[in-house]
Amino acid sequence: MSVSKPHPHDSAPLHVTGAARYIDDIPLPANTLHLAFGLAEIAHGRISALDLGAVRSAPGVVMVLEAKDLPGDCDCSPSNHDEPLLSGAHVQYLGQPVFLVVATSHLAARKAARLAKVDYQPRDAILTIEEALAADSRFEDGPRIWERGEAGEAIDTAPHRLEGRIEMGGQEHFYLEGHAAIALPQDGGDMVVHSSTQHPTEVQHKVAHALHLPMSAVRVETRRMGGGFGGKESQGNALAISCAVVARMTGKPVKMRYDRDDDFMITGKRHDFRIDYTVGYDDDGRILGLEFQHFTRCGWAQDLSLPVADRAMLHADNAYWLPHIRIESHRLRTNTQSATAYRGFGGPQGMLGIERVLDHVAHAVGRDPLQVRTANYYAPASDAAPAVQTTPYGQPVQDFILHDLTAKLAAQCNYAERRKAVAEWNAANPLIKRGLALTPVKFGISFTLTHLNQAGALVHVYQDGSVRVNHGGTEMGQGLFQKVAQVAAARFGLPLEAIQITATDTAKVPNTSATAASSGSDLNGMAVKAACDTIRDRIAGFLADQAQCAIAEVQFADGMVSVAGQSMPFAEAAKRAYEGRVSLSSTGFYKTPHVAWDRIAGQGRPFLYFAYGAACSEVVIDTLTGENRILRTDILHDAGASLNPALDIGQVEGGFVQGAGWLTTEELVWDRAGRLRTHAPSTYKIPACSDRPPVFNVSLWDAPNREDTIYRSKAVGEPPFMHGISVLMALSDAIAACGGLYPALNAPATPERILTTLDQVRHV
Amino acid sequence: MSNKMHIKMTVNGKAEEFLAEPRELLIYTLRERLNVTGPHIGCETSHCGACTVTLNGKSVKACTLFVAQADGAELTTIEGLGTPDSLHVLQEAFREHHGLQCGYCTPGMITRASKLLEENPTPTEEEVRFGMAGNMCRCTGYQNIVKSILAAAAEMNAAKEAAQ
Repeated sequence: MSVSKPHPHDSAPLHVTGAARYIDDIPLPANTLHLAFGLAEIAHGRISALDLGAVRSAPGVVMVLEAKDLPGDCDCSPSNHDEPLLSGAHVQYLGQPVFLVVATSHLAARKAARLAKVDYQPRDAILTIEEALAADSRFEDGPRIWERGEAGEAIDTAPHRLEGRIEMGGQEHFYLEGHAAIALPQDGGDMVVHSSTQHPTEVQHKVAHALHLPMSAVRVETRRMGGGFGGKESQGNALAISCAVVARMTGKPVKMRYDRDDDFMITGKRHDFRIDYTVGYDDDGRILGLEFQHFTRCGWAQDLSLPVADRAMLHADNAYWLPHIRIESHRLRTNTQSATAYRGFGGPQGMLGIERVLDHVAHAVGRDPLQVRTANYYAPASDAAPAVQTTPYGQPVQDFILHDLTAKLAAQCNYAERRKAVAEWNAANPLIKRGLALTPVKFGISFTLTHLNQAGALVHVYQDGSVRVNHGGTEMGQGLFQKVAQVAAARFGLPLEAIQITATDTAKVPNTSATAASSGSDLNGMAVKAACDTIRDRIAGFLADQAQCAIAEVQFADGMVSVAGQSMPFAEAAKRAYEGRVSLSSTGFYKTPHVAWDRIAGQGRPFLYFAYGAACSEVVIDTLTGENRILRTDILHDAGASLNPALDIGQVEGGFVQGAGWLTTEELVWDRAGRLRTHAPSTYKIPACSDRPPVFNVSLWDAPNREDTIYRSKAVGEPPFMHGISVLMALSDAIAACGGLYPALNAPATPERILTTLDQVRHV
Repeated sequence: MSNKMHIKMTVNGKAEEFLAEPRELLIYTLRERLNVTGPHIGCETSHCGACTVTLNGKSVKACTLFVAQADGAELTTIEGLGTPDSLHVLQEAFREHHGLQCGYCTPGMITRASKLLEENPTPTEEEVRFGMAGNMCRCTGYQNIVKSILAAAAEMNAAKEAAQ
């Protein structure tokens, strides 16, 4: 069988030779036009005069479009129709596209875009959480509040209480391939769009809207992205719409690619959060009552901020049983880039909030944080002993495996001995301090917007026995296409090489959901399985009829089809079925069962299941400079019965490093004018090869999903990102060795923040 | 404004000759003029390494070199190392050891790794980690990239020994 095997990425031979084609590599027709946006230079206000004369007369410029030149608002929003393609007079963030340059080359367009003369009437900009709260600038009427039990009462009557706050920064996706799109005008006004997007259907929808066409007249194709991480869920709309609108106006092919700095300035990033907490607990550090306040900067437009903030609330429990809890969530509107989807989709922020609480409580009761964490874990659950404990939103935790998983990891990484060794090191070394932390992850799998939990597939078997597979998922490096091909090969009993993988195409599979929420394999694997099984059953039925045997006597394995003991190559079976006028093409469809969710009440079962894992990180800090390193990380991660352990371990390793980057080196800085000052890799530091922990052990918790997912595997895209939390907690542990106060270390824990926190803990 | 310069260079063993603005960036020369699209554009500020090529025996970032600086040069890009049907040892190692995910950084990564192994045929793991620090990958966490390079080094050294 092709599943469960560590097959390399299907595109690897192309990747390693430079032959894998990204949008920027697609050969263009000779008369292709190129686009660049001119960007607003203030964070909030009105444009009083816009002089584009120099732009228009720049070399290579064909035309320049302002908002009034567009066929309507050309809205880019995935949610709320509040993102006009071009600003018009009202500027809402620094970096907002104001005009669109159309030129004969990419560089000509970019150079010309810098030549505009714009007069502004600035207005006060709302940039920070505090400013937004003061101005009551928010999405939705007020905070969203979910509660269970009597949190206030439980805190008041608890033996101990404490209060705290953690601030965590956002994060730039820094997909290595920046956003890009190409539009090719077709017969009769139809449009074909190539887009580097995680959501071709959304691009199709928005392009159709902009061109006043039915969706059926727009075809969007995505072969692969050079990384997505959520940043290409909605943020590619603007480029695709721009290309399509100009292609319609000029009748020519049009391409747009963001320069890296423009990509930083224009597109949304991870939501930054401030989380305030009040917790009541007992002598052992068990949480009795907890109140959270989440504050997040959503930026200028709604985009996906509501479900992101919801998911933060949905992960406010992480792995812990919280009998009395109240979560209040403020979704604040600010004059900054519109924060968007990013791996974990709010989950990491909510989870970091509760992990901070556990760490703080452990410090207060003077116990090992791991001991306090496990004491607060949900009760273990199995089919033999059904769970009685539910999440704050009422979902029974039926698959809780973290007791065993944590114990196994702690044993594997010698947690107890290293805890002692770290204490000894810190006692002996006054300047260089070490820290250790082991943190768990429980992450809910399914889109919280229930209707998105569906997928389609289209599978063809040709008369020579070759198989072409298409589905709604997109490939951004995660290996989705390979996993799905493994499923198809397994259903037909064929070698993997027999399966042809094809670009995602809205003309083949319609109404797809974004490849997001870690759901790609769960949804599309099941849809492809359904399509393959339909065709297989037709072939089996036909052959059984011919041979006058039972359908069960037709078997597909090892590239052969056996019929009542007689064996033939799959190609022969396909040929016979074709000649017998059997349809060898089928769609497949899947919808996730059991999910039902009321986001207003905060009640229901938003998730089909949870994915689990735990990570242990050891760090070292220089207390004079704040400089720090990760020395070692061990991760044990639950991918269910893995469809492809090599690809899954790759997701875990990459997710962890990205998560550690979020919490350590990746700092987004806006100045008081609202200008993002870290808009290139020169000032925004993602982890480099030399930042990877020198000792880095990753293994999979290999046990089948209790839910009936594709071959009992589990989603793996987002959950490992949150293993990065172990690094922040380890840094905090190292600082704790320097003084008596709790080190309330904010993120990202840059050397500056580490020094600040060191000062705070020493001032006892 | 036109002040074109007569440029000659050898790209992956093939002689190229053309007129170009001296300030044309080498990455555009390769990708748009010569249709050599393996080296990618990532940041255009020489930080990410997606455009890494070998110029006269040195790893360089083609996004911040003028074509005039490459006049008369011998260039090797990822296309000069191997093809999908005939992979270089490093290319095969990256495939086999999963040293890639989205693949966008991979051509620059392997081109740099090939130089690294020329400079230091028997690198330690730490030397690989620091020798590759100028090439960014956002997907893999680098674990399998380091593993791929060490595996390729071992194989190349074994082949060298066998040949001797």
